Amino acid sequence: MNRPVTILGAGVAGLCAAAELVTAGIDVTVIERGAKAGELGTNRYAGGMLAPWCEAADTEPLVATLGGEALTWWPRHFPGTQRAGTLAVAAARDRGELERLAARSRHGEWLDADHIAELEPVLAGRFQHGLYFADEGHLDPRAAIPALAHWLAARGVVFRYDTDAGDWPDHRGTVLDCRGIGARDRLPELRCVRGEMLLLESADITLSRPVRLVHPRGLVYLVPRGGGRCMLGGTALESTDAGPISARSAMTLLNGAYALHPAFAEARITELGAGLRPAFPDNLPRLFQRDGRWHLNGLYRHGFLLAPAMARQARIALTGD
Amino acid sequence: MRVFDMEIHSRLWLGSARYPSPAVLAAAVRAARCDVVTVSLRRENAVAGAGAPFHALIRELGVNLLPNTAGCHSVREAVTTAHMARELFGTPWIKLEVIGEGELLQPDVFGLVEAARLLCAEGFQVFPYTTTDLGVAERLLAAGCEVLMPWAGPIGSGRGLTDPFALRALRAHFPAATLVVDAGIGRPSHAAQAMELGFDAVLANTAVALAGNPETMAGAFAASTAAGRAGWEAGLMSARDFAEASTPVVGQAWLA
Repeated sequence: MNRPVTILGAGVAGLCAAAELVTAGIDVTVIERGAKAGELGTNRYAGGMLAPWCEAADTEPLVATLGGEALTWWPRHFPGTQRAGTLAVAAARDRGELERLAARSRHGEWLDADHIAELEPVLAGRFQHGLYFADEGHLDPRAAIPALAHWLAARGVVFRYDTDAGDWPDHRGTVLDCRGIGARDRLPELRCVRGEMLLLESADITLSRPVRLVHPRGLVYLVPRGGGRCMLGGTALESTDAGPISARSAMTLLNGAYALHPAFAEARITELGAGLRPAFPDNLPRLFQRDGRWHLNGLYRHGFLLAPAMARQARIALTGD
Repeated sequence: MRVFDMEIHSRLWLGSARYPSPAVLAAAVRAARCDVVTVSLRRENAVAGAGAPFHALIRELGVNLLPNTAGCHSVREAVTTAHMARELFGTPWIKLEVIGEGELLQPDVFGLVEAARLLCAEGFQVFPYTTTDLGVAERLLAAGCEVLMPWAGPIGSGRGLTDPFALRALRAHFPAATLVVDAGIGRPSHAAQAMELGFDAVLANTAVALAGNPETMAGAFAASTAAGRAGWEAGLMSARDFAEASTPVVGQAWLA
């Protein structure tokens, strides 16, 4: 008989771990400082891209290995998960960046202008070359987190909201700390990497899948949220500052959107935001025991991508199965 | 070699931007046995102290940190950033960048000379990122700079030595100054070429950070930098228009 598990934090790591554990027949309680799941924390500002093959270009091989699990895990737990692939494009003069991406990523196929137009009609005639990662997916974090919390509650997981988990006693059963940057009080090696985003609404532009604009100076991505809405992001700054987005970042991101399609100039900005991603020095996720509790943390830029595989590892570590 | 009052062992210097992770950066620095690493603080420090965790990791490298003013477009911005850097890293060293043009990130050499004069007067040890212009180099040395960091090509372009003649002329005109080729280095062979021209060191960032394996690439750059330097010290042969057999054929059976 396995001991009950108390999970600290109802972010993507905590909820995925809860799903794996409750499926294994464990009594699970989730402690969350917010009034509901996903109300606070980094997941609100996540892109929700399930792009293990694309991300392989600039990450350790482990990210693709673990991230592949997300492509089947999320559709089983959140029906709103989309499997429409990822499209990467670049300006004609930056074709070298696409070639670099093609060489370093996995399973990408080259597209010409006609194929790009078939996939994303609004981009017709704008890009001569693209890379398509047909097998990838995306989801809306602000829909997925509440839906997953609902799924968990229906299976008997107890949620205790408005509860600060910082000084939670470790002796009342197994504790799995999934607080993200909130766990820096116990994990001094955890650092913050700031990400910034905008939500755009446009009647003129509809995208069916995440589109990445690659450029020598970095990456800008747009992730469709349905109904003419999309999330625009791409910054990664070594900063503990959770304050509002800077004008520089907003300009950089909007400039990227405008380069993708000039009609974005007419889009409405419905929200600007910034979040802090938790990262260890190798930017890889970790599951480990320290000072009487388990920690699952360091998901960095890949919360929704890596949480399912790390949750499975947590289940095996805590239940032996 | 001596750089201001410090003894520096590595002729390959590394930038710390754009690595996949701080751990990969640390592995690259170790692989290159590099003891000078540049660090940018402008973007991460919109709020004082916000970059502290990353800067702590950089300090743990145990190398000489060379803070830079990357991204500054005016004298005032660059001078303010230099002050922040001195406070943050406790070093008088500053790699001075004043950008004049956004597309190719060319230095604004007028602003550069002015900022160098101001900072040298305040006791900074200034490493100016400059072009190969001899007149500008003269002004920078007159302002109190002992090290010049001329570009080989635009920052991050990986185009190598776009004007070897200008680099050779710079070296010839300022034999006593410490000259470090900065920017444009894309391959280990580029670093070797710069060192064969007699430059004192080479700074690489993008070529290592965005390599498929930054650690291996850092080692390759260290080896090519050392090879180029050894070649220059040993005395390179000049190119000739005629072939010369290294073994005489007179007196041997010889078939054409």
